[in-house]
Amino acid sequence: MAQIFPKWTNQTPLLGLVGTLVGGGLATFALYWWGSPWHTDVGYKPKQPVPYSHKLHAGDMNMDCRYCHAYVERGPHGGVPSTQVCMNCHSQVKSDSPKLELVRKSWSEFKEGKADKSVPWVRIHKVPDFAFFNHSAHVGVGVGENRAAVGCETCHGRIDTMEEVKQVAPLSMAWCIDCHSDPAPNLRPVERLTAMGWKPDLNWTEKARHIATTLNPPGSLSQAARRTAEGKLETHATAGCSGCHR
Amino acid sequence: MATATAVVLPDDPKIRGDVTLEDPVGGREALVRGPHDFHSVTELVCAVNEKPILETPNPFKFGIALAAAGAAMFGGYIGYLFWEGPGIWGNNNPVGWAWDIVNFVFWVGIGHAGTLISAILYLFRQKWRTSINRYAEAMTIFAVICAGSCVALHTGRIWMDYYLFPIPNQMGLWPNFRSPLEWDVWAVNTYFLVSTLFWFTGLVPDFATLRDRATVKWRRMFYGALAMGWRGSMRHWVTYEKAYQILAAFSAPLVLSVHTIVSFDFAVSQLPGWHTTIFPPYFVAGAIFSGFAMVNTLMLPAREWLGLKDLVTVRHIENINKIILLTGTMVGYAYAMEFFVAAYSGNDYEGFTFINRMFGPYWWAYWTMVSCNVITPQLFWFRKIRSSPAWTFVLSIFVNIGMWFERFVITVTSLHRDALVSSWDYFVPVTEVFFLLGTFGLFFTLFLLFVRFFPVIAMSEVKSVMPQANPHWEGYGHGAHAHGGGNAQPATAGGH
Repeated sequence: MAQIFPKWTNQTPLLGLVGTLVGGGLATFALYWWGSPWHTDVGYKPKQPVPYSHKLHAGDMNMDCRYCHAYVERGPHGGVPSTQVCMNCHSQVKSDSPKLELVRKSWSEFKEGKADKSVPWVRIHKVPDFAFFNHSAHVGVGVGENRAAVGCETCHGRIDTMEEVKQVAPLSMAWCIDCHSDPAPNLRPVERLTAMGWKPDLNWTEKARHIATTLNPPGSLSQAARRTAEGKLETHATAGCSGCHR
Repeated sequence: MATATAVVLPDDPKIRGDVTLEDPVGGREALVRGPHDFHSVTELVCAVNEKPILETPNPFKFGIALAAAGAAMFGGYIGYLFWEGPGIWGNNNPVGWAWDIVNFVFWVGIGHAGTLISAILYLFRQKWRTSINRYAEAMTIFAVICAGSCVALHTGRIWMDYYLFPIPNQMGLWPNFRSPLEWDVWAVNTYFLVSTLFWFTGLVPDFATLRDRATVKWRRMFYGALAMGWRGSMRHWVTYEKAYQILAAFSAPLVLSVHTIVSFDFAVSQLPGWHTTIFPPYFVAGAIFSGFAMVNTLMLPAREWLGLKDLVTVRHIENINKIILLTGTMVGYAYAMEFFVAAYSGNDYEGFTFINRMFGPYWWAYWTMVSCNVITPQLFWFRKIRSSPAWTFVLSIFVNIGMWFERFVITVTSLHRDALVSSWDYFVPVTEVFFLLGTFGLFFTLFLLFVRFFPVIAMSEVKSVMPQANPHWEGYGHGAHAHGGGNAQPATAGGH
């Protein structure tokens, strides 16, 4: 009887097995990478209504971040500056620049009592509704000697070099967890909160490790998860699921 | 067609008088009855598969249409569930688990008989398994598919089911490996994988038989692809036997482990009525019990309609019924022991739960379970009943019903009276009955397709337990087969 299948079909079981393993691995990787915030969110740079240059203001002129984002130490959000904040300077400086058209419009409408609308800035850093995040808890924790902060640049990158701001961190859950498991390398003295390009010295490295251990004892994430499972709600961010998913 | 000697023989070997002995000294009846030789067994088994598509008998067409309608309804139901969410069920506090889990445990339990037959009876050299293992294994696989769909659908957000697997992800999260629900994912997946491999390995030589007998191209291609180049050489057989044995050894522990882990879903929790150390053996016994009942439910009509009475004899039915009697008694013992422990422990909550099972709002479910699972199998003490296909079929249906209710009783009655009296409730299903019917539709669609296109009896294995396989066979047994071997009329058409 003639052969039903050509000879190469002898290889199909092997090819099938290899194909399944390789294909499955590739599919997993594809979802892992191309579906992740590392790929989808990092680098997000929307066009802003006013061509505001962070490089000029925060970099060349060395303005403190908190001049505009004034609530960062007191509230959950850093705060987007109101038109008034812009006008503090721009009523005097470059007051007729065409780039500031929208700022002046917002300001004059407000002054004339016609409207109370800010410049429609486009939000870049977004955390989902089901994840609780508070800036004030991150830019200064601990008391006295043990006080430390996560610097602005740690999450937002070198703002002082960006003409237009873009997202540099994925803001993914794993990214949060990674730091919460080992915060020491990302801590700095509160006084250096807004410094750009800051590097820790050996003393600080040692001290940061000590502070991190105090704030976040080893293994505390899993212990905290257990406390959450036992129904003890804790609001500290390392307190398992309910720390952020309240 | 149906006039072949083999088919009209009466079931009782004592009346028939032409008993072929498997072993003239031991005096046991041969496992294959009637004037069969190797060729006639092949003819008998292949007849169903080799009928041209257009000549499919009408009852079969009707059956598969009905089953496929059920499966299609299930598809629609899944869409509805996907769209609306589990709110279409009666599940609510405090009954958070109901028919979804009941159906899951019901189906995964049924699978266990197939694995017991194919693996444990094989390792113990129980030759009678050969004529029932193929469709018992098929039953296992299709039941596990149904169980898997129940448990995958009960999660609520079905599109998040991939969370069940440890896939690297941007949340830095892994499944909770300390949870029995996660162990369940692995148990059921392992079970499905190993059972499928085992089933397929056994099918390869039979696929080759069908390929070699094929008269039309598509059948030659179809069975040729499935036979994977099997030529039946001695080397093939040596490898095959080794592989089969290894897979049997893999499967044997699964008979015990899978349902043990399913029972952990309940036993590891702290709910009175669930938190019981007897659960693993009790669940395994119940699984084998329900599975063998389902084997009977499927086998008896198949044996009748496909004319397989010579291969699946009364001896097989009796053996199965003996296992049903044994495991049914074990299940009854477990029911009694649960009550004993509840009383003996002096724990008020445990005591309340069990009294509530018997006499609470769900008393009807409890007593359905007890009558079907404890009382009816005891009828198999009577030889007349356990060797009667009609009785066996009816009782197997009872056991199926009873075992479904067992899972209902365990799941729902333990939950509906929780520790907070104000949250007590009475669970009533809403659309769940379509869920259950849908899984039956899926199951029977797969099963009927299997019966139509795959050899339902492991031909090569059955031949190995026939007297002809004995090298000294020619020396004795000048019964009907010795003279009639060459011209026996195979019962190709059966009783259609």
